Amino acid sequence: MSGERYTKDHDFVRVEDDVAIVGITDFAQSQLGDIVFVELPSPGRRVAKGEQLATIESVKAASEIYAPISGEVVAINDRLESSPDLVNKEPLGEGWLLTLRVDDASELEDLMDEDAYRAFLESEG
Amino acid sequence: MSESHAPPTSTMPEKTPLDALHRALGARMTPFAGYELPLHYPAGVVAEHSHTREKASLFDVSHMGQSILGGRGAAERIESLVPAAIADLHTERTRYSQLLAEDGGVLDDLMITRLPGRDERLLLIVNAAAKQQDFALLRQQLPQLGLSVLSGRALIALQGPRAAAALATVLQELDLESMPFMGWRAAEFRGAGLFVSRSGYTGEDGFEISVPNHLAEPLAEALLAHPDVAPAGLAARDSLRLEAGLCLYGHDLDATTDPVEAGLAWSIGKRRREQGGFPGYERIRAALEHGPARLRVGLLPAGRAPLREGAALAAPDGRIIGRITSGGYSPTLSRPIAMGYVESGFATPGVTLESRLRDKPVAVEVTSLPFVPHRFFRGPAGKDRS
Repeated sequence: MSGERYTKDHDFVRVEDDVAIVGITDFAQSQLGDIVFVELPSPGRRVAKGEQLATIESVKAASEIYAPISGEVVAINDRLESSPDLVNKEPLGEGWLLTLRVDDASELEDLMDEDAYRAFLESEG
Repeated sequence: MSESHAPPTSTMPEKTPLDALHRALGARMTPFAGYELPLHYPAGVVAEHSHTREKASLFDVSHMGQSILGGRGAAERIESLVPAAIADLHTERTRYSQLLAEDGGVLDDLMITRLPGRDERLLLIVNAAAKQQDFALLRQQLPQLGLSVLSGRALIALQGPRAAAALATVLQELDLESMPFMGWRAAEFRGAGLFVSRSGYTGEDGFEISVPNHLAEPLAEALLAHPDVAPAGLAARDSLRLEAGLCLYGHDLDATTDPVEAGLAWSIGKRRREQGGFPGYERIRAALEHGPARLRVGLLPAGRAPLREGAALAAPDGRIIGRITSGGYSPTLSRPIAMGYVESGFATPGVTLESRLRDKPVAVEVTSLPFVPHRFFRGPAGKDRS
């Protein structure tokens, strides 16, 4: 499987081998506004799909990020500690949040591919 | 001005006369106090905030309630509802005050200006969410006076160190040098009357300009044409007023808080402190004499995560001694800041309290307000304070 997969919460997952890079979409960052703090879990933590995974604080409010798939946190993006605005600037690139070791690749099938996500965005208006 | 005080949402939010301009400028709109208003523009809240501190920003504050209270003895009579000294307020001067409940709780905060002219008239600017209730209270309590609601006027705030220079290019006949902070002038724009108040909600020099609805967009466009002026939304307005240590009604001020514990004793006139004659005088006099049981303070959470409204504050022994009423991120200081109420024994700068965020302890230091010094214009020689 190549390319990004998306959740209805506007998170993305990009799988490389058995590790998934997790972040938020450009739409999500534009909705949040200027991001000032990102709280990430400790590497090694196991999360189930749908479990609270991270918190993103914008100037105005805190938003929870839920695990798009189950797995173990492998690495977190340390640069966000000093530069949380990377999530605004390059959400799909340098502003990634963390990587997960994928427990069950079939969970990825439940997520949207790019075309489906684009259609979903349009349907949300 | 809080969402929690907004009218029922069953009705569609109202649009301001600048609605089309906001959309043309790419604003992200949000419902607020019964109105649809810009939350931020494409520049984003941090850029809008910094632009206000460095140059000047234009805010649509047309949701606020504008009214004129007129009639013989208006200035003296309104003193029965507010603790400020209004009877001796000079013409073309503005005072900040609060409408008080019988127990001294704050029903709303407002700006009161004595207008020039033969008739005795006060211009009152009140918060959007409370305006219907305020107008009803004024009509009920002061039936001898006439209250006209200025529903045909928009309100534009121009705030920042370059605000005066920008306004001078649009209203060339207005002498801004002779106009102190909390001063007021009538002006003319395309043949119509403007009310220009040198005041604001950012801690910067600035103006709030009342303009007939049909001229709101041309005036806003004329101001935005100045190279130093950019539009800013509600999110920046909120972070700016928090840095300036100013209260947001419904959050830092409400019917359960009195002006003394809110740190607003400065707005109570000396004569009023001695003579009373306003609702809740007993409670307020006692608080002035013996000190209030709790006080509004500035708070500096450790680390980088903002603490938000509602977060509890504990003393070193674990006892809850206060609560955050406004919290967020300060773009000027690049750190989280907050305001809240704490028991007076803890209301000393340097005291360390503890809050919790997502089940983790966070140290919170009590500090003085404002977080960012006010830079109001005090007149050419700073002499013009009334």
